[in-house]
Amino acid sequence: MRIETLRALNAERAARRAAILVTDVGDGEQRLVREPDIAADPLAEALRAHLTSGRSGLVEAGGRQLFLTVQVPPVRLVVIGAVHISQALAPMAAALDLAVTVIDPRTAFATPERFPDVDLVPLWPDAALAGPVPPLDRYCALAALTHDPKIDDPALAAALRAGCFYVGALGSRKTHARRVERLTAAGFSEAEIGRIRAPIGLDIGAATPAEIALSVLAEIVAAGRAGGSA
Amino acid sequence: MHATDTDILAAAETWRRDGRDVALATVIETWGSAPRPVGSHLVIDGGGNFLGSVSGGCVEGEVITEGLDVIADGRSRILEFGVADETAWRAGLSCGGRIRVFLERVA
Repeated sequence: MRIETLRALNAERAARRAAILVTDVGDGEQRLVREPDIAADPLAEALRAHLTSGRSGLVEAGGRQLFLTVQVPPVRLVVIGAVHISQALAPMAAALDLAVTVIDPRTAFATPERFPDVDLVPLWPDAALAGPVPPLDRYCALAALTHDPKIDDPALAAALRAGCFYVGALGSRKTHARRVERLTAAGFSEAEIGRIRAPIGLDIGAATPAEIALSVLAEIVAAGRAGGSA
Repeated sequence: MHATDTDILAAAETWRRDGRDVALATVIETWGSAPRPVGSHLVIDGGGNFLGSVSGGCVEGEVITEGLDVIADGRSRILEFGVADETAWRAGLSCGGRIRVFLERVA
């Protein structure tokens, strides 16, 4: 591998951008395909499939064996609200290899005792996302769980603007209807607002906090595997 | 990709930039109960130092020896390991799996 190719691959990873290194294992020839260039690539179909699964692997093309080194940014989950559901959600998300951050300005909720070993940020979402928490991007999932528009709305707006692959918000259909009105007034289009999954979580009849956490995580995995990310 | 494997690629770049001779091994195919998944990396320098793993320890010695040859002649190659392999007596996978490893020089 040429050092320039390796440097470019590492740079894409550092910038949290997806890329695939295509190696002809017969003669060692290589090229780096960045995500925006996949559509125009002769191997577009195979590259897209591997990017979606997130798995490296061999493909055959034109009688040659090509190895695809797939590099996809690790998925982050940002949870708004240090609530009961989040307490169940954080360890379950960690088991799925999601890097979890919990944001809640209410210091009575956001305590290390309630969230041992969790990246906990006791700030308003705007302040958290402007400083200690890395910027949201399309390899992030955001779940707004506080029920409080003052806390949830700014985070949802940031997630929509950043193109997070998953944006979910807790609350009844009635609560969500009011949320849609507020976000519309804030200038978001119907299509943008339509990306918010509300009521949050797959419909598995979840009743307890842990069951709701499970339904949210299942929805996040489904969104990722459907091509959004992961 | 496993987090540690991305660290291997960062190390490969750093080592090369520091002027060391570097070879990179990548697991490209596995059958059966192979210990490390496809895409796992091992980086080797001219002094035989290495980082990462392609088999959890079973065949690393052989891969490092071959890596030094790749550093010397610059030609990429594919290594295959498994219990049914003729090299099994010296570098077999005790788990019964088989793996193919692509080995290349970083230049």
